[in-house]
Amino acid sequence: MDLTTAQAWLKRFFALIEEHKAYLSELDNPIGDGDHGHNMARGAKAAEEALQAQTPTSLEGLFKSVGMSLLSKVGGASGPLYGSVFLAFANEVKGQEVIENPQQLFAAGLDAIVRRGKASVGEKTMVDVWSPFVEKLAEGVSLEDVEAMVLATKPLKATKGRAAYVGARSIGHIDPGSYSSGLFFKAYLKELA
Amino acid sequence: MKKILNAPQDVVEEMMQGMAEAHKDIVHRVGSTRVLARNYEGAGKVGLISGGGSGHEPTHAGFVGQGMLSAAVFGDVFTSPTPDQVYEAVKAADKGAGVFMVIKNYTGDVLNFEMAKDMAEAEGIDVDFCITKDDIAVEDSLYSDGQRGVAGTIFVHKILGYHAEKGASLKELKALSEKLLPEIKTIGLALAPAIVPEQGKPGFELADDEIEFGIGIHGEPGYQRVKLQPSQAMAKEIYDKLSKALQLQAGDDVVVLVNGMGGTPLMEQYVFVNDVLELLKKDNVSAAKTMVGDYMTSIEMAGLSLTLMKLKDKAWLDALNAPVDTIAW
Ligand SMILES: Nc1ncnc2c1ncn2[C@@H]1O[C@H](COP(=O)(O)OP(=O)(O)OP(=O)(O)O)[C@@H](O)[C@H]1O
Ligand SMILES: [Mg+2]
Repeated sequence: MDLTTAQAWLKRFFALIEEHKAYLSELDNPIGDGDHGHNMARGAKAAEEALQAQTPTSLEGLFKSVGMSLLSKVGGASGPLYGSVFLAFANEVKGQEVIENPQQLFAAGLDAIVRRGKASVGEKTMVDVWSPFVEKLAEGVSLEDVEAMVLATKPLKATKGRAAYVGARSIGHIDPGSYSSGLFFKAYLKELA
Repeated sequence: MKKILNAPQDVVEEMMQGMAEAHKDIVHRVGSTRVLARNYEGAGKVGLISGGGSGHEPTHAGFVGQGMLSAAVFGDVFTSPTPDQVYEAVKAADKGAGVFMVIKNYTGDVLNFEMAKDMAEAEGIDVDFCITKDDIAVEDSLYSDGQRGVAGTIFVHKILGYHAEKGASLKELKALSEKLLPEIKTIGLALAPAIVPEQGKPGFELADDEIEFGIGIHGEPGYQRVKLQPSQAMAKEIYDKLSKALQLQAGDDVVVLVNGMGGTPLMEQYVFVNDVLELLKKDNVSAAKTMVGDYMTSIEMAGLSLTLMKLKDKAWLDALNAPVDTIAW
């Protein structure tokens, strides 16, 4: 994946966020504070504007720009988490013209999420989608696989983030951050296809 | 929705401007950032900052001034501030001895403040922090992110602020916070919800004759809904839980804070504190200091919270009683 394709990937992701904005916030209602879609859409818009204002000339520049936009505009828990992902991506692709090792890239993103949020697998956070995605990437992941990973957050009981306040009542709801992460991976897979 | 405002999306901006103008003898706005800092220089002292979502006024900016916070950072209503804005507060507060951050335990706040710490340290500013989690309402909260930072946080602002003013180092403030935090416990209750201006509708629903114990300052769910009951019964329900958590015994000294959530008259707050003080007397626990009023609100939520701080160290009382120059302490 080169700069142009990576840009198309992120553009696709931002469009998916905008499209699913209401649904993402709806998912956040029963187990959080109903703002995840709006938080993410605010960030996506800012990121697009920043990319328009200054066209990046490298993969590193692209990821850095998006990371900074998300950091300063999303807020909430997901802002620093997604922001850290993109800053880790930027670090990973330093000097690269094409993404040489996608698995390493996504692993660096997951690592950033875990370092920041200190969640482990099974706590009903985006880690529950990132972790299996990174694991499966080497052997090949399909859109259906991603769908299944997102749905698998439904029966989990949240012990991290706002959803932890409702404890057992979080069971039976898809985790919104996992859903938006699913959109991120789907955009990636579609761009490669 | 019936509120005194111009446009919902401008509330935080205009409130900040209003505070800065009205209290320009104490605070000023740092450029066009989301930060209010104190006018008092405090050269060479550790800076003390706090902040979080707006809607909890007078927290946090009301506690900025000599002897308390150096600066406060404003998020949108009920939304944590972003790292770049927290970093602005760190820069404004740094007078060469580093900056200590008091963070309330919400994932968003913790993550954004920690990122700001990384940014500041990359620029050579020493930063340390403590995380307040005085709300003991959520069950199993020890094993999750469930313990929220609520009204008891203002004791931390005040006591650390006193020591920062006296010249305590970052390390000393950290050590003090570790002693202090476990001795502060809070539980809230709600009679009616708040409305976030940009959402325009209540965050939760309560029937006319219902109250909810354990509610958070953003309307997070509590642990029990019951029919409206006399103040004495509400006071007992909460006091018993706090007393047990603090392992209060006859002869102990406590500081009492009855905190209005924004929509509860002082008249009712005093009725409630009277019941709390009765319960303390019965247990032979002495109230060394009692505070009543709106300190950490939840917009116009009707309800209140009770905080007890066990005075393990008598010096904490002197730190609380020392005069400060702030808008709201
Ligand atoms: N510790 C964590 N580690 C990883 N992901 C987390 C963590 N905490 C929360 N999340 C993710 O963040 C999502 C919620 O993001 P959202 O944008 O709604 O922020 P928020 O929790 O509402 O923040 P705030 O409390 O400041 O409003 C969750 O669905 C979850 O996937
Ligand atoms: Mg949310």
